Amino acid sequence: MKTRSALLLGSLSAALVAFALTSPRVAAADKVDPVTDAKAFRNFFFQKFPDVKHEDFVNGPYSMNADMKRQWQEKEEFPPYEFALDAGKEMFATPFKNGKTYADCFPNGGIGIRQDYPYFDEKEGKVVTLELALNRCREANGEVPYSYVKDEMASLTAYMAFTSRGKLMDIKIPDDPRALAAFENGKRYFYTRRGQMNFSCASCHVQSPGERIRAEILAPALGILNAMPIYRSEWSGMGTISRRFVTCNSQTRAVPLEPQSDEYRDVEYFLSYVANGLPIAGPGARP
Amino acid sequence: MTTTTGPVATRRLILQGAACVAVLGLGNLPFAAAPARAAANDKYPEEAFKQKSEADAIKALYGKTAEPSDKVKLDAPEIAENGGVVPVSVTTTLDKVTSISFFVAENPFALAASYKIADGTIPGVANRLKMAKTSNLIAIVEADGKLYSATKEVKVTVGGCGG
Amino acid sequence: MASSIRVRATSNGDITEVQALIQHPMDTGLAKNPAGELIPAHYIQQLKFECNGKDVFVADWGTAVSKDPYVKFSFKGAKKGDDLKISWTDNKGASDTTTAKIA
Repeated sequence: MKTRSALLLGSLSAALVAFALTSPRVAAADKVDPVTDAKAFRNFFFQKFPDVKHEDFVNGPYSMNADMKRQWQEKEEFPPYEFALDAGKEMFATPFKNGKTYADCFPNGGIGIRQDYPYFDEKEGKVVTLELALNRCREANGEVPYSYVKDEMASLTAYMAFTSRGKLMDIKIPDDPRALAAFENGKRYFYTRRGQMNFSCASCHVQSPGERIRAEILAPALGILNAMPIYRSEWSGMGTISRRFVTCNSQTRAVPLEPQSDEYRDVEYFLSYVANGLPIAGPGARP
Repeated sequence: MTTTTGPVATRRLILQGAACVAVLGLGNLPFAAAPARAAANDKYPEEAFKQKSEADAIKALYGKTAEPSDKVKLDAPEIAENGGVVPVSVTTTLDKVTSISFFVAENPFALAASYKIADGTIPGVANRLKMAKTSNLIAIVEADGKLYSATKEVKVTVGGCGG
Repeated sequence: MASSIRVRATSNGDITEVQALIQHPMDTGLAKNPAGELIPAHYIQQLKFECNGKDVFVADWGTAVSKDPYVKFSFKGAKKGDDLKISWTDNKGASDTTTAKIA
């Protein structure tokens, strides 16, 4: 018994040392370097899961477990997000009271652009997510903004993601100290432990993807936003990226932030940037 | 009631016992044959859906018992990714199939779904069921007036922080 | 208002494969809403598929069929272009019907 725990401790500290040595934050603590960070982030997952095809990471827990993947593929024959997708398509095409449409607010009429979000707005000096841009579009056209977490917002983003399926995530970080600070802030939020259970986002989604928490398989952080929005069986419905962040916080018994608060926008920026090159797969279905 | 069945008896055995008693008790009444016809006509089998145990539900739906058969292929996950949406399907090589039904033993009401198979319809169906907890899932195929079953345990755990 | 029923019916010449997804809460009557009140049972009881004047497949459902129910089956005797009529009724007396062309 004693030997066993000593062995465990030994391997744990070895792992910690290895992690610290490869951690980009230690290597370049004084300089924000998203390119190196993203490369290290991707390589960590590619090496941890050598059998998972790179583009398969966007399928979350289904990339980690064959039995789950089969259940998912069966569901995908007639996916549960189908109704939201149809609703989103109709909403997208329906003009506002002033006669304008969502298409007027977005490049390329809003079609096939999901991979460019979130982006850094140099005028505002902040990260702008797709959900935020959609509500700003509504407000600019005299409409009431939607709830960020589900229903209409999930339907709209489902449709916009669907028109972008297969396009590779393409998030840009301009040479602007505020953009670099936003990326760094998002990264810090992602790795910081919080809440009663003292979990960081990374505790589950970097250290433990593929492991079970009770009956559920944890998704890898790499590409986790590419499949958003998602129909979660647990929710019996659709949820947006905002909803995912809120539930992640509350499930680890931390205090969730307001949807589209600066920290959530920044963590979305960080997670999307490190997933550059992986395909958009939304809308998705999850347990 | 536990003293007579002994310490190894499971809840299901006890329920089955209760079901037999109930059916025997009804035996003399004039409407006892009615549930047996329910599966054959178009009427919604209201009573069968109200039964708590699968044995009672099978009796109410078909008025007879089923025998296990390897000709009934029941496909369901070992561990449900979510108890609210469990993909379940059945195929069979049996002839003259007239209905296929699904029972979840540990659900509040055991009968989940019952399908009438017409002539010319392939005897097989896929659907998605709710399972309240880890339970045996029973598929029954009615073929040439007889009942054949397949059973599989599906593990269900309450949702947590996956995904 | 879009139909509550989505159908895909495809023929490979001899056999027609049908998949349907229906938008319906399928409330069990056992769950509570956030205010702690019981949500009354509300579920589809019967779903019929009719082709060329004949019921090819009839589903009797209880509350244990998942929300937004899905079903898949196959049948013989139809060809491309035939109409497949799908209809459901629920325990509150609501219903919906749609007709799909077999592709």
